[in-house]
Amino acid sequence: MAVLHPMRIRADALPLAERMFNLWTLAALMLAFAAVLIAPAFAQGSAPARRGVIEILLEWTPTLAGGFGFNVLISILSMAIGTVLGVLLGVLQVSPLRPVRSIAWLVTQFFRNSPWLVLLFYCILLIPFQIEIFGTTIPFPGWIKAIIGLSLPVMAYMSEYMRGAILSIPTGQWESAESLGFTRSQIMTNVILPQTVKRVLPSWMNLYAVLTMATPLVSIIGVSDVMTLTRAALSAEGRVDLLIPMYLYILSWFFIYCYPISAVTRLLERKYSVNT
Amino acid sequence: MEFANTLIDWLRPDWFFDLVVVSDPYNRSRYLAGLVTTIQLSVLSIFFSLIVGILGAAVQGAPSRTLRVLVGAFVAFFRNTPPLVQLYFFYFAIGTVLRITGENGLPQPLVSNFGWAVIALSLFAGALNVEIFRAGIEAVPRSTVEAAEALGYTRLQIYRDIVMPLAIRISLPALGTNLVNLVKTTTLAYAIAVPELLYISAQIWSEDLNVREMMNVLLVSYVGLVAVLVWVLHRWEKALRIPGYGE
Repeated sequence: MAVLHPMRIRADALPLAERMFNLWTLAALMLAFAAVLIAPAFAQGSAPARRGVIEILLEWTPTLAGGFGFNVLISILSMAIGTVLGVLLGVLQVSPLRPVRSIAWLVTQFFRNSPWLVLLFYCILLIPFQIEIFGTTIPFPGWIKAIIGLSLPVMAYMSEYMRGAILSIPTGQWESAESLGFTRSQIMTNVILPQTVKRVLPSWMNLYAVLTMATPLVSIIGVSDVMTLTRAALSAEGRVDLLIPMYLYILSWFFIYCYPISAVTRLLERKYSVNT
Repeated sequence: MEFANTLIDWLRPDWFFDLVVVSDPYNRSRYLAGLVTTIQLSVLSIFFSLIVGILGAAVQGAPSRTLRVLVGAFVAFFRNTPPLVQLYFFYFAIGTVLRITGENGLPQPLVSNFGWAVIALSLFAGALNVEIFRAGIEAVPRSTVEAAEALGYTRLQIYRDIVMPLAIRISLPALGTNLVNLVKTTTLAYAIAVPELLYISAQIWSEDLNVREMMNVLLVSYVGLVAVLVWVLHRWEKALRIPGYGE
């Protein structure tokens, strides 16, 4: 007699990090993929002195690593500037004064809804290459303008996260601090903002990962980063069978840098998920 | 009174008609063509990314472990690598290798740069959508699914008729954010010379040397596009709303 088997419900599937797939198996998968692509090059007989793909990749690694380090530097500086400005803007967004709130909201929405590449173009073309304040000349090389351009959307996203975090603090905190005689700015700096740090941390780390993945955009506006160097290396070597391996190589660098960040973000989100 | 003169100058209505994309017919037609290309890119990418998201979320609940690992690897790869590098990988690395012999006997690319842009953007946004739909599917109450199974629905029927509609309603806010980001990410196609809005604007400002004006027009255009999408999603959300859930 036929029996209706119960459907296995997948709603309790393990989180990504604990499944059979994890960083190591993905690295193994990517290595296997790369090996399958590169192996035919070794299958040629006694071809005259054509270097192996892996040898070329290793030869270019120091240069590309320098470029990647530049990307990381740009992301760290943009994140720092954007976080500071974003916290300020978020605090302004919850101001009791209506015009301050509206202007802060407008600025946030404007920079949130603009494409990152358009903001980068804006900054690279419209910020002067040097400004003179009080007799001293401050130069603005391309990468500084790119950092400013990338910090603007970071500021907008941080402002939204801070607004959400500040509004999630119980009103009792505000009232008890006020009854103790704190001024509004003292309440904000000593009571509210320290409590928002924990709530904002997973979103902040996720934003950093998104920002790091947006840093190759600066190669379009003329800053020499890892993508510019990769394309220069590919045109210098001029080999068609090097294209896929080298792009996969760079992709794996970004993956190895960003995957731990998103894994830790998920861990923190789950740890801090129960809020008051 | 320099400031007052500047303010009056700015408030005069004919500054709108002095814009080079409004007054000059060639620039106007170019700009509108770029806008149409951007809208085409956005609509196609949104459509295919939704399909990728729904299929991926379905496969993530499959009993076969290999399939689940594959989808997990796909999602992790596209979430943790830069979309611009993915686009370059598709267009320069795979596109150079994928050639067919054209009518005149010479090798031609199989997919145009517009096509590669759609493919890359759909896969990128689709991977993010898989995560969003997975969260929505997990939020569907298990009792509902068990009741459907008791009524004799097959797994595909449960997914198509019961789980997916409920999951879409639950995941609509996060999906809206992702689709707005997708519209903004279509500017990446500038890097592979797709004639979309940013590319055309760059051509116009390099010819007419009016960077500030074109930048403002560009920013207003993108804010307008995003506003249209947000309005559509808001209407969809309101249409799907049922009393007793959410607000």
